[in-house]
Amino acid sequence: MYRKMVQIRHFEDHAAEAYAQAKVGGFLHLYIGEEAVAVGAIAAVREDDHVLGHYRDHGYALARGCDVKACMAELFGRETGLCHGRGGSMHLADATKHFWGGHAIVGSHIPIGAGMAYAMQYREEPLVVLDFFGDGATGNGIFHEGLNMAALWNLPVVFICENNLYGMGATLAEESPVSDMMIKAEGYTMPAVQCDGMDVLSVYGAVQQAAEHCRSGKGPFFVEAMTYRFRGHSMADPELYRDKEEVRRWRELDPIPRFGDFLVQHRITSPQELAEVNEEVEAEMLEAVRFADDSPWPDPDSVDRWIYAKPINPEAPEEAPSMAGNPAGAAT
Amino acid sequence: MAELTYREAVRSAMREEMRSDPRVILMGESITGYGGSYAVTKGLVEEFGPKRVMETPIAEAGIVGFAVGAAMGGLRPVAELMTVNFALLALDQIVNSAAKFHYMFGGQWSVPLVVRTVSGFGQLGPTHSQTFEGWFASVPGLKVVMPATPADAKGLLLAAIRDPDPVIFIEHSLLYSTKGEVPEQEGLEVPIGRAAVVREGTDVTLVGYSRMLLQALHAAEVLEREDGVSCEVIDLRTLRPLDYPTVVESVGHTHRVVLCGEDWRTGGFGGNLLSEIQDRSFDDLDAPIARVAMRDIPLPYSRKLEQQLIPASQQIVDAVRRMS
Ligand SMILES: Cc1ncc(C[n+]2csc(CCOP(=O)(O)OP(=O)(O)O)c2C)c(N)n1
Ligand SMILES: [Mg+2]
Repeated sequence: MYRKMVQIRHFEDHAAEAYAQAKVGGFLHLYIGEEAVAVGAIAAVREDDHVLGHYRDHGYALARGCDVKACMAELFGRETGLCHGRGGSMHLADATKHFWGGHAIVGSHIPIGAGMAYAMQYREEPLVVLDFFGDGATGNGIFHEGLNMAALWNLPVVFICENNLYGMGATLAEESPVSDMMIKAEGYTMPAVQCDGMDVLSVYGAVQQAAEHCRSGKGPFFVEAMTYRFRGHSMADPELYRDKEEVRRWRELDPIPRFGDFLVQHRITSPQELAEVNEEVEAEMLEAVRFADDSPWPDPDSVDRWIYAKPINPEAPEEAPSMAGNPAGAAT
Repeated sequence: MAELTYREAVRSAMREEMRSDPRVILMGESITGYGGSYAVTKGLVEEFGPKRVMETPIAEAGIVGFAVGAAMGGLRPVAELMTVNFALLALDQIVNSAAKFHYMFGGQWSVPLVVRTVSGFGQLGPTHSQTFEGWFASVPGLKVVMPATPADAKGLLLAAIRDPDPVIFIEHSLLYSTKGEVPEQEGLEVPIGRAAVVREGTDVTLVGYSRMLLQALHAAEVLEREDGVSCEVIDLRTLRPLDYPTVVESVGHTHRVVLCGEDWRTGGFGGNLLSEIQDRSFDDLDAPIARVAMRDIPLPYSRKLEQQLIPASQQIVDAVRRMS
């Protein structure tokens, strides 16, 4: 888990640098400060459990073990990217790893996670779905529609709310009548716990409990992780809405040194070993950036590929519909 | 052949596909005990049980989002949205989720989802009498189907359920009780993306779909009888992807076209169709392409006012007469 958190931190630092060099465009939402949430939660479930989340998604992808180079190449818009440059930073996904994407319409993936959980329940598979979203999403109607259905049908989905105190520039007080998001689960009779999102073990424990609850057929579970993003909402954020002192206080709770200290104190590892991990990860990230930089752009003629899994072209009816775009596997 | 109503044809497609494919589930508001607001799903919960015929909360965006997730999880959901007016609440999930995933995730998975919904009117008032197929048809990644006959309703719904892509399947409330011959062979598909020439003619092409197809056929009879004008009538059946070759070929020998739609003139589906036909067939046309569409006015409740607005065969007849 320590290595995974360091991976995310270094990945994000390099992504920010590449953005400054205009190698990465559009929106870039960094996960720096929140690493413990994705890492602790995803470590607490099986590899074949399903994961999906919102647009601040690099952490989920890396915690799930998606290929680091392909993730970086996706940000660079290259053919070798995880989604061949069609999705970008907000839409990483790897069906082979049961990571069903970053979703960029706030809250939209909440009922989608419930629907996936229904498919698991329908086939009586002992799998759970982890669905990550922010505090801001709880103000959207779709959040409530999703929770309502998940509870109504007793579905195996763990809703993980990353409460980082802001929805873009809106403070909690401006966006929600309650500051503890777990209270919103109560109306749906959904059990809920709050955990320390700056402590990977706290998140791990909470999600382990939640997943066990889901897996034993008791229905959905709500986990609220109290966390903080150290950087702006996206690269375009001038951060006028929060003061530097607040950011400094939260930075003292940095989940990475905190877990590192824990490991050393309990003699599970040594400072030297941690330093080695950092060096190895840095080398891995430099390699990923080099890979992305050297990767080919998508073929311009391929721009209309994948609009459909079964394209139908009435203008060329003799062409048999091709399923080429749909490597059958995962879903269909 | 068996004679079925449009309603029975839709139902029999769902029943046959549910019998042969255990992945198919239905979900929607009041579709179990009530049988659906247009009684289309009547009897299905009794046969397949509540796990496969799911009564849902009144939550259109949630229903479609949930169905998208169920499709990603390996099921074949058919989500009923009570009418197309309520489908507006689900536009985000239809446009930003269902239509996008296959493309934006680089072809990793598709969303085999059918959204069944209904257009129509009949003193239902301004919020319940609208027609939005043009909106759906404008979205790459969606397939949009609007059958006019029982046989097409059944065959196209079977094709839609088996299709790996999201299909918006729009029925028409005023067609539910119409009857027609439907092939008895089980599981027989009508392919998506193919128009049909339902009446051959030489003087003018009438292009319609859904209820307007019946209006066009009626207009063709009137014009033949009263004016000696021979109309060719095309049923588009699928609005996206659209079968332009069939339309172009017809215009190639009639040299005149009337587009028959029920949606608003401004931004309605016919506007786009008109520009595409002009692009492809300009040299074949002997007259400007004519359009029958709804005037840009919300559909009022009062019978007298509503009748003023609803496009019907008389407007098609008038449009043809103005051309010659
Ligand atoms: C439906 C919708 N409305 C607005 C936006 C623009 N937007 C993107 S992120 C965001 C804030 C979301 O905050 P939160 O859910 O707390 O997640 P965080 O960014 O804090 O991780 C907004 C308003 C959007 N993407 N989708
Ligand atoms: Mg937030």
